[in-house]
Amino acid sequence: MSNNSHIKDDWLFEITPKNKLLDLNLKEVWSYRDLLFLFVKRDVVTAYKQTILGPLWYLIQPLFTSIIFTLIFNNVANISTGTVPPFLFNLAGITIWNYFKSCFTSTSDTFNKNAGIFGKVYFPRIIMPMSVVISNLLRFGIQLLIFSAFYIYFYSLGAEISLTKYVFMFPVMVLLMGLLGLGLGMIISSLVTKYRDIKILVGFGLQLLMYLSAVMYPISFFVEKMPKYAWVVEYNPLTFIIESVRGMLLNVSDFDWSKFVYATFVTLVILFFGIIIFNKSEKNFIDTV
Amino acid sequence: MNDVILKIENVSKQYKLGTIGTGNISDDLKRWWYSLRGKEDPFLKVGDVNDRTKIGDSKYVWALKDINFELKRGEVMAIIGSNGAGKSTLLKILSKVTGPTTGSIKSKGRIASLLEVGTGFHPELTGRENIFLNGAILGMTKKEIASKLDEIIDFSGCEKYIDTPTKRYSSGMTVRLAFAVAAFLEPDILIIDEVLAVGDKEFQKKAIGKMQDISYGDGRTVLFVSHNMNAVESLCENGIVLENGNIVFRGTAKESVDFYLKNNNIETAKHLSFDDLGNDFVKINSISVNKSKEQINISDDLNIEVDFTILKETNKRIDISTAFYSEKEQLIFNVGTGFSNKSPISNVIDISQKLNLVIERPNLNVGVYSIKLRVVENRSGHAKFKVNDIISFEVKNDLKSDVFIQTNGVIQPVIQVNVK
Repeated sequence: MSNNSHIKDDWLFEITPKNKLLDLNLKEVWSYRDLLFLFVKRDVVTAYKQTILGPLWYLIQPLFTSIIFTLIFNNVANISTGTVPPFLFNLAGITIWNYFKSCFTSTSDTFNKNAGIFGKVYFPRIIMPMSVVISNLLRFGIQLLIFSAFYIYFYSLGAEISLTKYVFMFPVMVLLMGLLGLGLGMIISSLVTKYRDIKILVGFGLQLLMYLSAVMYPISFFVEKMPKYAWVVEYNPLTFIIESVRGMLLNVSDFDWSKFVYATFVTLVILFFGIIIFNKSEKNFIDTV
Repeated sequence: MNDVILKIENVSKQYKLGTIGTGNISDDLKRWWYSLRGKEDPFLKVGDVNDRTKIGDSKYVWALKDINFELKRGEVMAIIGSNGAGKSTLLKILSKVTGPTTGSIKSKGRIASLLEVGTGFHPELTGRENIFLNGAILGMTKKEIASKLDEIIDFSGCEKYIDTPTKRYSSGMTVRLAFAVAAFLEPDILIIDEVLAVGDKEFQKKAIGKMQDISYGDGRTVLFVSHNMNAVESLCENGIVLENGNIVFRGTAKESVDFYLKNNNIETAKHLSFDDLGNDFVKINSISVNKSKEQINISDDLNIEVDFTILKETNKRIDISTAFYSEKEQLIFNVGTGFSNKSPISNVIDISQKLNLVIERPNLNVGVYSIKLRVVENRSGHAKFKVNDIISFEVKNDLKSDVFIQTNGVIQPVIQVNVK
């Protein structure tokens, strides 16, 4: 016991009641990278097992939503999408919005859905939401393919659409969308462990958010009709991402760098808070979930 | 030898009783208000002892209170205690599933915990895929698993079904596969909770054998929780006994088991009368073991008396059997009227009968034994009425000569030794 101080230095790790504010052990997460990929594989492989249409479901859902949106918003409500075919306009918005939506909804349920595993084994909890964001990327990829198919189809029909030079920013936009879903999802997931009300809120909150994110209308339309409240939509980072993606793919608007900086900043702030809150609740959530 | 690998210091865990509802918000706010002013959490000062049989005054309860112990490298320690003593909570804290309320745990090695076998198994994935997934969840890398894959499959004995989704497996097969993955974990410290009670006899033997290899052969540090006292004694060197969230005993595994059994045992008796023990077929009025003697000794005959009344008419033969169990729930023998060609029990109803059963010198070792009583019809395996632990009795030692050396087993036979 004389060399007590010497022994103390050797501890590999220590478990204490309090967490540091930002306790993201990246080295530990890295050592669990195999688990991350196995979770992604599990999600992908098992998603549509024992369904007849299988991955086709990935396609059916955005296609039908686009058709409905085109009928309601463009044909009935007469929202103009300029020179772009309304169907393609909606499909672009829905494809990228869907990625956010699926990232957000599945991460926001992390703790409740995985209480069984989390209650028995320790691994860095953040692996779970990360795997969700990655496996949803694959789904997004498939939906992007169907979008490309329609893109080529409308292009061959002579629609006035073209890619802009900013298309190289497309992966960055997807990344922002994923991180935003991850960050928000982690914040919500931590709250849900204690107060289930939040989960109900998420359901219709997302629906409202979609209307405020310029998914089925161009932002210019909103500004024109409701200039007083346009800021709600304009300051929404989702709006920027959706607008820019449509802009770069369909050549309807220019890329706004100042808004890009703003959206990136907001995303990082949300992600930062998401990680802090997630870390804070991961230690003891199993007692309350 | 003084190489401490795991050090648990003043670990306590508090739980809130009742449901989590609106009351929680006010407590949360109060906590937040205290922490804002740099004060200690006000709810840590309150809290009852963890005793589920008594109603406490407080909304908070201490599932664990000031637990201190150390594990040395290569040590195999058992944690025993009755239900709700805090064993699982302690293991959960050690495996980082939940945090302690106060105190700290310091470790010099990687901890892997086996609180359940087959965590994360996905029914749609094949056996092989599940081995990888489960292994990774338990902290192995893909490479490690791949290098041990053949051994794991071999150990599980599921070669034939390894590429079939596990939802088609029988539950026994799933458990075998899951245990096989866990058995090949190689952490510095392994934490195991009651996973041996799975699979068939052959596999249980295999599992215990594997665990012995892990603890003795590989010199792994193991923390083991079980209600199976035989497993505890055969696997562990040391033990601690938990009671109501406190450590009440530390010592060798055998001492701990003895302490636990002595303190948690059912009261022993030599005679018990019952007012309403029975069903519509039979009523048991009383039971006694060597009623007339002061104490039961190793060398005594056992004289069992059962007073009962048959309530329902039947023309089938009726038999009564008594099964004797040791403290560790081992069946020692099962005797009764079924052995004779004609049952001595008469079928008259509503008249009390007395069955007298003498077991000549069973030579039961010192200890506490319990009897399971069964009333059967037509010598069938299905009991019309049965009671577990109807009575427990204690056997004491009367052989005080120097020749006698007490052994560990259940039976203390009379022996004669000759050397020629």
